[in-house]
Amino acid sequence: MAFAYFPHTEDDVRQMLDRIGVESLEDLYSDVPQDVIYREEYDLPDAMSELEVRQYFEELAEQNTNLFCLCGLGAYDHYSPAVIPHIISRSEYLTAYTPYQPEVSQGTLRYIFEYQSMITELTGMDCTNASMYDGATAAAEAVMMSMAATKKKTRVLLSEGLLPQVIKVVRTYAKYNGIELGLIPCHEGATSYGALLTELAAGDVAGVLVPGINKYGVIEDLTCFADAVHAQKGLLMVYSDPSSLAVIRTPGEWGADIVCGDSQSLGVPLCYGGPYVGFLACTKDHVRKLPGRIVGATRDVDGKRAYVLTLQAREQHIRREKATSNICSNQSLMALYVTVYMSLMGPRGLREVNDLSYGGAHYLHDRLLETGLFEKAFDKPFLKEFTLKSLVPVELLQDRLQMCGVFGAVEVEPGLVNFCVTEKVSKDNLDAVLCIIKSLSSEEEAQA
Amino acid sequence: MKYYDKLIFDLSKEGRQGYSLPVNKWETSASDLPAGLQRTAAPALPQVSELDVVRHYTNLSQMNFGVDSGFYPLGSCTMKYNPKINEEIAAMPAFAGLHPLQPAQTVQGALRLYKDLSHALSAITGMAEFTLDPFAGAHGELTGLMVIRKYHMSRGDMKRTRIIVPDSAHGTNPASAAVCGLEIVQVKSNAAGLVDVEDLKPLLDDTIAGIMMTNPNTLGLFEKDIKEIAALVHECGGLLYYDGANMNPLMGVVRPGDMGFDVMHLNLHKTFSTPHGGGGPGAGPVGVAAHLASHLPVPKVMEDEDGTLYIADGTCRCENSPEGAGVFGEVCGCSPECMCGCQACGQISGFMGNFGVLLRAYTYILMLGKQNIKMVGPLAVLGANYIKESLKDCFKLPIPTVCKHEFVFDGLLDQSTGVTTLDIAKRLLDYGFHAPTIYFPLLFHQSIMIEPTETESKETLDGFIEIMKHIAAEASADPESLKTAPHTTPVRRLDETTAARQPVLRYKDM
Repeated sequence: MAFAYFPHTEDDVRQMLDRIGVESLEDLYSDVPQDVIYREEYDLPDAMSELEVRQYFEELAEQNTNLFCLCGLGAYDHYSPAVIPHIISRSEYLTAYTPYQPEVSQGTLRYIFEYQSMITELTGMDCTNASMYDGATAAAEAVMMSMAATKKKTRVLLSEGLLPQVIKVVRTYAKYNGIELGLIPCHEGATSYGALLTELAAGDVAGVLVPGINKYGVIEDLTCFADAVHAQKGLLMVYSDPSSLAVIRTPGEWGADIVCGDSQSLGVPLCYGGPYVGFLACTKDHVRKLPGRIVGATRDVDGKRAYVLTLQAREQHIRREKATSNICSNQSLMALYVTVYMSLMGPRGLREVNDLSYGGAHYLHDRLLETGLFEKAFDKPFLKEFTLKSLVPVELLQDRLQMCGVFGAVEVEPGLVNFCVTEKVSKDNLDAVLCIIKSLSSEEEAQA
Repeated sequence: MKYYDKLIFDLSKEGRQGYSLPVNKWETSASDLPAGLQRTAAPALPQVSELDVVRHYTNLSQMNFGVDSGFYPLGSCTMKYNPKINEEIAAMPAFAGLHPLQPAQTVQGALRLYKDLSHALSAITGMAEFTLDPFAGAHGELTGLMVIRKYHMSRGDMKRTRIIVPDSAHGTNPASAAVCGLEIVQVKSNAAGLVDVEDLKPLLDDTIAGIMMTNPNTLGLFEKDIKEIAALVHECGGLLYYDGANMNPLMGVVRPGDMGFDVMHLNLHKTFSTPHGGGGPGAGPVGVAAHLASHLPVPKVMEDEDGTLYIADGTCRCENSPEGAGVFGEVCGCSPECMCGCQACGQISGFMGNFGVLLRAYTYILMLGKQNIKMVGPLAVLGANYIKESLKDCFKLPIPTVCKHEFVFDGLLDQSTGVTTLDIAKRLLDYGFHAPTIYFPLLFHQSIMIEPTETESKETLDGFIEIMKHIAAEASADPESLKTAPHTTPVRRLDETTAARQPVLRYKDM
């Protein structure tokens, strides 16, 4: 029985069984029908030592190829400062659960309060919750929230400029939740205002979800969107990349009612898609429809400043079948991750990250056009990621990049490819990538 | 634990910085964007040095209590030890550096992890197939219910829109069902704390999509009639959903698949030792019986004949399928059993779940192996019964039978003192223990739900038992010391009423 995670000696077990008044551990299952007890050997590997486990994962890791990342589309390779893993691996944070006992959870509660303060600063909203799972599920919760906040409406409109994974997840939630969805097409790389007006005129719209930066990397101009949606008594929802909000016009400034998105761009490692951290923020009018945990400031009996989970009447454990969301565990530790990130970066650091990304992305964009292998897809402003029309077969382009250890040129739509540049990418890096791509050009000429 | 009252914003001073970035040599910057697309004022984030940040969050951490700090008997949360090797494996750059959209041939190791972990979870639970995409237990519940609805709909059985949930269920059960568009039908518990089979029978008709069961239930009691319940529900055409929040006592002893369950979720942050992180990230894999496997969500990992792994995204891959048709099986014309991904219930996560958490859970499974897994459940049950038997002379034990991983007291045996469950919980904090789950389940007014887990020693449990007896004695001798507890924590009881009536939810509003 000796095993590092079981502290029991045989003598301990004997004494405990005696106290309980049974003969054996099997007797503790006397209430279980004997024909459901599994007596065979489990189809699992033999127990490994830590050393063997390390070796196992090192071998598994060799089957992955770490590539130089020039891809965005919802997961961004921003730099993560050295401080963060040291803080978030502190076991007082790591091994705690939801702060149900505030007197011994002030660490968790206070960082959530700081996180809420920072997310509302970035988005220009009044309130936010303690975190959602990821951007796509946060978008689905935003859509359900718009239905709950505007009674008796049946439809929600989605821009086709949203990331495809966001549309798929929202479609799935909507299908089972009984929400009818309408799609607003894009025109020249941006959500069509004309199509929005047409869809709104058809009536019954609870909310409209549009991207702040769309799947083409285009920064959307949302002038008049809020007025049009509000005129029909619907809510404007914006799907945002919080890192970009240090420099681009905020959803609050555009007049949005609800903002959602993924805070992965605030320094969270790519980690094959998770754990990331979704966010959901809103104006104060809708705070009582906001799902999930919310932390508020208060005082203790001695008058000390303290923090506590609040407005719990909204939550699933109180409302049960009347709940409009079922979220319980969220991504709290990842909220700490981005809180430490934002504390380190501050307003100037976050601006600098965007300036570096912008500078690199525009350098690559212009040089790629100069190769003659690409054409502009749209003539619209972008920040760190952009879309070009590839004049060489996309598969050929992708294979060549990958052969040289670069991940990029992901196809957004047939013939249209995405590139993303962050502050981690230097001019030398991009010149090397350009060199690889230019080699395709000389080959094509040779073939001709 | 000491008291430190600053927010990071309180430390901010214009001109300080905690970052270091490369010198900007580019010719353009975000200021070149059209003025109408730029934000007008910089966000009021803190401006602090690196040491300010390190010291602030270190001080905050010292006002927190985790499993590494001490005994954490929070019922239904399975606060077992979180092994350190898990963290090191999850941080390996060969995993942490992978972009989720990388081509399958460059992430074969990551995809193999999905396959191997799914296989291990199937072996442990007796379910045919798993999805690892759900992010948490409640998310798993929702996913599992979508699978159930998809199953009925794919058979043209459209009127099955009601789901049976016991009154002892976790709050997420009815909430998940409501989000999934199901109507909730409650079934009562009997005097023994189990689902009342006689109360269940009249509820079963052709509108029932299924029943959600937690076994052992939230009273820590094994639903011994489970096979009869399974037969009854299946007979009416419904499916059985297993809430795996309470799987720990069955680890290595009983498999939900063998009890007749069709769909289940697991909480990897409970049963499989991944850290709770102050409320996530967790993971809530969903397992199903073979006849439901085609409805698991996408993206899902598939294996070619030559052993190469690839990802099915829901687009129909079958021959003769119309171009671009069949995402989630709506138009491609395949049978409901088609396994190419086109019959999936949908997509429930942006990419493929909390991959980092999955790495941790598989690390734990490899450490346990086929040998140690058999002891997880029995040792967890041993600890719970040991505490129960040791304290039943001081605390009211409404259901005296053998329990599984947890059990519920209904307050003090001597209820004349006016001391409540809340007072007991707060007093425990003074003595260096985390409180149990309180006021849940809702079946009793003064519920105290205790779950010790298999990673706690007899000495730790004895220490807890001694303090609980001491608190029971204090309740009679000095009730005031309990009603005003805690006394030694960084802050004392909070004004929660004002917090809710006049919410202050950000620094700017303080």
